[in-house]
Amino acid sequence: MKSFSRLWVVAKKNIRVYYLKGPVLIFGVFFPAFLFFAFAIGRHLPARDLVPGLIGMAIFFTASAITPAIIPFETRTRTLERLLVAPLTISSMLAGDILAAFMFGLFVSIIPILISVLVIGVSIAHPLIFVITIILAAGCFAILGTLFAVPVTDIPADVMMLSNLVRLPLIFFSGVFMPIEQMPQWGQWLSVISPLTYCTELIRYSSIGGNHFAPATSLTILIGFTLALWILSIRLHQRNMSRRLAL
Amino acid sequence: MAEVIRAENLTRHFGDVVAVDGISFAAGAGEIFGFLGPNGAGKTTTQRMLTGALRPTSGSVWVLDHDMVQDPLGAKEHFGVVPEMANPYMEMSGWDNMMFAGELYGVSRGDRSSRSEQLLRQFGLWERHDSRVKGYSKGMKQRLMLAMALLHQPDILFLDEPTSGLDVASSRQIRATVRQFAADGGTVFYTTHNIEEANQLCNRVAIINQGEIVALDTPEALKAPFAESQSVVVAFIGQVPVAQLEVLPGVQRVQKEGDKFRLYTPQPGLVAEQVSELARQHNTHVLTINTLGPSLEDTFLKLTQRPTIQQGEASQ
Repeated sequence: MKSFSRLWVVAKKNIRVYYLKGPVLIFGVFFPAFLFFAFAIGRHLPARDLVPGLIGMAIFFTASAITPAIIPFETRTRTLERLLVAPLTISSMLAGDILAAFMFGLFVSIIPILISVLVIGVSIAHPLIFVITIILAAGCFAILGTLFAVPVTDIPADVMMLSNLVRLPLIFFSGVFMPIEQMPQWGQWLSVISPLTYCTELIRYSSIGGNHFAPATSLTILIGFTLALWILSIRLHQRNMSRRLAL
Repeated sequence: MAEVIRAENLTRHFGDVVAVDGISFAAGAGEIFGFLGPNGAGKTTTQRMLTGALRPTSGSVWVLDHDMVQDPLGAKEHFGVVPEMANPYMEMSGWDNMMFAGELYGVSRGDRSSRSEQLLRQFGLWERHDSRVKGYSKGMKQRLMLAMALLHQPDILFLDEPTSGLDVASSRQIRATVRQFAADGGTVFYTTHNIEEANQLCNRVAIINQGEIVALDTPEALKAPFAESQSVVVAFIGQVPVAQLEVLPGVQRVQKEGDKFRLYTPQPGLVAEQVSELARQHNTHVLTINTLGPSLEDTFLKLTQRPTIQQGEASQ
């Protein structure tokens, strides 16, 4: 109980300090939309076919957007040391970062979901799977964001560059802009290693219908990614945390 | 005196560099324990190991009954920390920083508010409690840090260079708070390179150099073996040649300090008499004359410039 209340304190602090900023909110909404329109305009694709990609991309970019910068920023401002001497484990601290990112991802992804349902007229065929997917994906991508923060640096731009270096290519072979079965063979192979693939697959299945992987398979793999990334993130941060104090 | 903080053979390596090399000490309830050393001696590394920010390479730390490695959370609930560089959240107000600290340490909502107001008033920050910390002066930030560290009513305070670079008023207030905290039974681990501050404030002082404790005792006991550092400081109304001061019996050397002369001697009484006589010979007068014992600074400089001695040796 104590652990949960303390990670909630960290999450609230992150929301206040890092997320509730006009530019962050605007970026969270517009960046996935701009990427989406850059791909969609002029291709004369039915809008509903692009909905799973838009929602998946919105969750992916928003949940993993800010987390990479928090630890380097707090290393630089020395607020990290304050957290390290508080009665708080490194895993609780990370969980607080993830919880804030998770909530931000969920909140911002509501906008494309509402647009899809109310404007484009997409109906959600499998609401339970849809909701589980959104929640699971927001958690998975928030954890992924903490992994980008593993390198020992106090310069947020360094990790943001790494983060974008991984995230941007990932959207091109994760079934965001076209269903996996329409991608070239090499793209289909690469799609297997991206957690975003299983997110868009499940959203496609639960909204407009159609899937490349069985929904149960996608769900299992997404859960597997979430757990694996969580364990990896904790291990790597525990290993590197004390080295940050020397910066 | 019950041990509140205990370090045993505490060692920390950074790669091939030994930052702290097997140090041991204990601090008791109501004690202000000074930790003094030159830059890079291992002070901050030691404090970080004591507060659980850094894991020791070997050795152990006990805070009250809690082993810092086995039960860090239990230990951390008992202390407040003011690190070397003030680190409140700049984007948050002073009040929000207090609330954050209170929540982190599990202070109830009612106590959080009442104690925060009391502490912010005590530290002269109440008028600005709703302002962002970004706009605070360095002294205000440091006072806020101390208020945050005291909010959960800890048994122990760890302070790392808390008055470094602060204005006189802020420094005095921090020192007064530290004295009161210890008088109320709290234990203070006070890291500093300000020798005079350690001399005035601390019950005992450990001097660390190159990762090793080279002396640990009360300030007076630390000064005692350096009696040859006694001196007479004199100011004349007229002129007295320095050369004649240097040849006075018992004077080892003369150092000019502003409008005064400092004469180092193991016999300050004798030298004071001779100085007065010398002034009469030159038809002038002594304006002020003071005899000074060895300073902790002398002790510190000598101990940090020579090979390690055993703990307690300084007082023997």
